[in-house]
Amino acid sequence: MKAVITTVGKDRVGILAMMANACADNQINILDVSQTILDGIFTMTMVVDTEKLSVPLADFAAYLQQLGEKNGLVIRLMNKEIFDSMHRV
Amino acid sequence: MSDLRTSEILETIEMIDKECLDIRTITMGISLLDCADSDIRRSCEKIEKKILRLAKDLVKTGEEISLTYGIPVVNKRISVTPIALLCAVSGGDPVEYALTLEKCARELGIDFIGGYSALVQKGFSAGDRELIASIPRALAATEHICASVNVGSTKAGINMDAVQMMGKIVRECAEMTAERDSLGAAKLVVLCNAPEDNPFMAGAFHGVGEPDAEIHVGVSGPGVVRAVLAKADKTLPLNEIAELVKRTAFKITRMGQLVGSVASAKLGIPAGIVDLSLAPTPAAGDSVAEILEEMGLDSCGAYGTTACLALLNDAVKKGGVMAAQAVGGLSGSFIPVSEDAGMIRAVKNGTLNLEKLEAMTAVCSVGLDMVIVPGDTPAEILSGVIADEAAIGMVNLKTTAVRIIPAIGKKEGDHVNFGGLLGEGDVMHINRTGNAVLIARGGRIPSPMQALKN
Repeated sequence: MKAVITTVGKDRVGILAMMANACADNQINILDVSQTILDGIFTMTMVVDTEKLSVPLADFAAYLQQLGEKNGLVIRLMNKEIFDSMHRV
Repeated sequence: MSDLRTSEILETIEMIDKECLDIRTITMGISLLDCADSDIRRSCEKIEKKILRLAKDLVKTGEEISLTYGIPVVNKRISVTPIALLCAVSGGDPVEYALTLEKCARELGIDFIGGYSALVQKGFSAGDRELIASIPRALAATEHICASVNVGSTKAGINMDAVQMMGKIVRECAEMTAERDSLGAAKLVVLCNAPEDNPFMAGAFHGVGEPDAEIHVGVSGPGVVRAVLAKADKTLPLNEIAELVKRTAFKITRMGQLVGSVASAKLGIPAGIVDLSLAPTPAAGDSVAEILEEMGLDSCGAYGTTACLALLNDAVKKGGVMAAQAVGGLSGSFIPVSEDAGMIRAVKNGTLNLEKLEAMTAVCSVGLDMVIVPGDTPAEILSGVIADEAAIGMVNLKTTAVRIIPAIGKKEGDHVNFGGLLGEGDVMHINRTGNAVLIARGGRIPSPMQALKN
């Protein structure tokens, strides 16, 4: 399954590295990354493959949420289907 | 960004974060026809067993979808076969059914169960009168149960005996829950042309023509439509406004369709319908009234309100119908006064009154909804309100409904707070000109020419 992970928050060193590690630790393959920094606000969207994910998806989503809260970021995982259904006919 | 643009991803996230986009409800419709038994106790046992079996994973599935799709699923609900049909077989005190359903709701963590209902548009059959008479007791004794009575239809006309009865029942519901701001009356709706696959409360029930069980979805998206119109140029012609609404409704509904299919697959229960309705919440910005105001009204209730609502209701359907595999329920735009921050404000500042709301119900998807009136409003005046709404629905081949709360102990201008999604609002002025002779006549208003379509 493909999912989109978005990370939003104040820019600082190491956000991308932290997210990449979180994915690697859970056997998540990053397919695509895009990031922008606007007025000091860091926004990153990642498309990932969760096929080999070592834990249930809901647990990983909850883990990312907590990781965000700990680091002053809003991190969310969303099944990619939701964007496909909204923006593609 | 693969085949998706970052802007599209962020647009969806903004809809959820800032514009209150959510799945208002995943509602499982469950037929209880095979639970009917001549012994009411047996009947209740079978109901409990069936609901607990079919819906055991409903809440868990809703939460899982919330977490992995990133879209809040606010309510998990159940609609059941109109309980009057079970009363017809079992006899006994219908409140036993309400208590059984309440027990199921608590055990499963369900937000509401709808279907404490009777369909009496043409007349009463066994069980109907008993169920209707028991509604005030049932709603006072439970927290999660919603009741509805269908008193009219385009095909059958209006059962004025039922209309007379329902004025009294609405009052009794309010009186029996007086210490809770008459909350009972907020969980009872009187319908004309009731849809049998509606996922929204209080009017949800599982019609007899429906399959054994199915999954319906209702989306809440007024905030998203409002935000799109807020960004639009103030000189944009209305045909282009309609296009914007259509496109937005399409996106919202596609999400509803997806969630419906996923929930259906996870639960192993066939997908029913997506209800396209724009269901407002009292949250700031999530208001249907504010959509109308974005079209160019200083306040909801101004002349032009009905025209704006007609445009909105139609554009929502046109956008949504292509996005969903099966459309049903009420599908349009709700105008529940106490659940909509813009309407609450319009009542407070005196621009929105009951007469204007009645006009709006001719073009919205339901009817007079969550309207709070003085606690001493006589039953026959309430019956008159119900009769007028039913007449609008009957003649215009649409669903209409009345969910009116005579707030016991409160007078015009007082404030009432139900809390949660049911919201709050001021007590409205109601025209008390006598209609007692009309209501006392009873009988039936025959179905109109519109019914003769064959």
